[in-house]
Amino acid sequence: MYREKVRAILSQHGRLSVPIDTLTDESDLYNAGLTSLATVGLMLALEEGFEIEFSDSMLSRKTFGSIDSLAAAVEALSGK
Amino acid sequence: MESLRAPSAAAVDFDRVITQVHAVGRDVVQPAARDVDSAARFPTEAINALRELKLLSAYVPVEFGGMGLDIIQIAKICEVLGQYCGSTAMVFAMHQIQVGCIVHHGQTSNYFRRYLKDLVPQQRLIASATTEIGIGGDLRSSICAVEIDGGRFQLTKKAPVISYGAAADDILVTCRRAADAAASDQVQVLVRKEDYQLDPISGWDTLGFRGTCSCGFVLTATGASEQVLPVPFADILSQTMHPFSHIVWASLWSGIAADAVNYARSFVRAEARKNPGGPTPIAAIRLAETDTVLQLMRSNVNTAVVDYQRMLQEGNVEAFKNFGFAIRTNNLKLASSQLIIDIVGRAMLICGISSYRNDSKFSLCRHLRDAYGAALMVNNDRIMNHNATMSLVHKEA
Repeated sequence: MYREKVRAILSQHGRLSVPIDTLTDESDLYNAGLTSLATVGLMLALEEGFEIEFSDSMLSRKTFGSIDSLAAAVEALSGK
Repeated sequence: MESLRAPSAAAVDFDRVITQVHAVGRDVVQPAARDVDSAARFPTEAINALRELKLLSAYVPVEFGGMGLDIIQIAKICEVLGQYCGSTAMVFAMHQIQVGCIVHHGQTSNYFRRYLKDLVPQQRLIASATTEIGIGGDLRSSICAVEIDGGRFQLTKKAPVISYGAAADDILVTCRRAADAAASDQVQVLVRKEDYQLDPISGWDTLGFRGTCSCGFVLTATGASEQVLPVPFADILSQTMHPFSHIVWASLWSGIAADAVNYARSFVRAEARKNPGGPTPIAAIRLAETDTVLQLMRSNVNTAVVDYQRMLQEGNVEAFKNFGFAIRTNNLKLASSQLIIDIVGRAMLICGISSYRNDSKFSLCRHLRDAYGAALMVNNDRIMNHNATMSLVHKEA
């Protein structure tokens, strides 16, 4: 459930250089064109969409590396 | 001057210490901060939590059982505490100044070596009585004198301010060396709770830093003559009290400023979240500007503390008499006490009316009131006047 919504938000705010359908849940988002500045908009959209707030420790390249890792982060924050 | 040297390497993992200070800040210090401020009460729970971490003896060298932290690390702790409660950070910082004076200038005395050892298990809180009614805030002159007779001393001082005097265990008192000594021929005497009496003469109902409870007292004390620090106060002041004070104060002020910026960031982020795909909000530009001022403030502190630590390690006492060093130390205080007001003001513009309200989660009222204390507690005009005199002869190389 998290992955679906993360995908939708990513396609809208990730400014990726490839169509979202070509990515698997494990694909490297930075290879798909995600820039560090674009992660800011993506983070804000995820915070708005899931009513969560990313902690400083989560604002890493690792968190934003794939749909899987984003979904895991969102799930962890939503569970709180 | 072996004793002036910086303490030997720390006995603890400093990253762990900072993590613990943040945890205490979140769980104990910040939850009490509003009540400490509004009731102008001593932050008992916060200081007790720092006691449990043995942080009141953090600057005590390892050979006496302390953590052996250096001034850079002490300053960092002050900064972190400043992010949670200005008053708590100020009490902690002022206590560290007194510990610094004893560590740097008491180690040739059996009494003070034993005192440093006792400080670790007992976590005694040390206050300071420097200024005196009748001398107008000049640290380098005293009316009261320590009178020694048969190995015992007597001392009475009218102090317009003894910060957290009522909560302290011991007080380091500045006074003349003897009844017939000149006003500037001063020493410091450590007086202990069981041997002194404090009669209140004024309260502490101020705009900011309300939790420091810096009331006025007439202090009457007795004790053993060995409780007089074995170094003239003039040396203690130039080598330790003056640089140490301005460094720890500027550090905690930068912590308060950093916290205000964090409020602003959190406010802008909440705004930005409403339109994640849109342009960066205008308020974010203000935030970015504020960050440059905060960086300037922190860089100032960092430069001063690294410089001082190097001087301590070199142990060259002549270097502390240099006008350039005194001017730079004063400049740190002057600049930091103005930058904190600037930064908190900028953060308030970003958060708007929410920051102006006492009852909102973005309230910056306490930060602003604390910020205005920085230039007034130890008055900037007095400091600027000292710099003006020294600048007539001092030329930067």
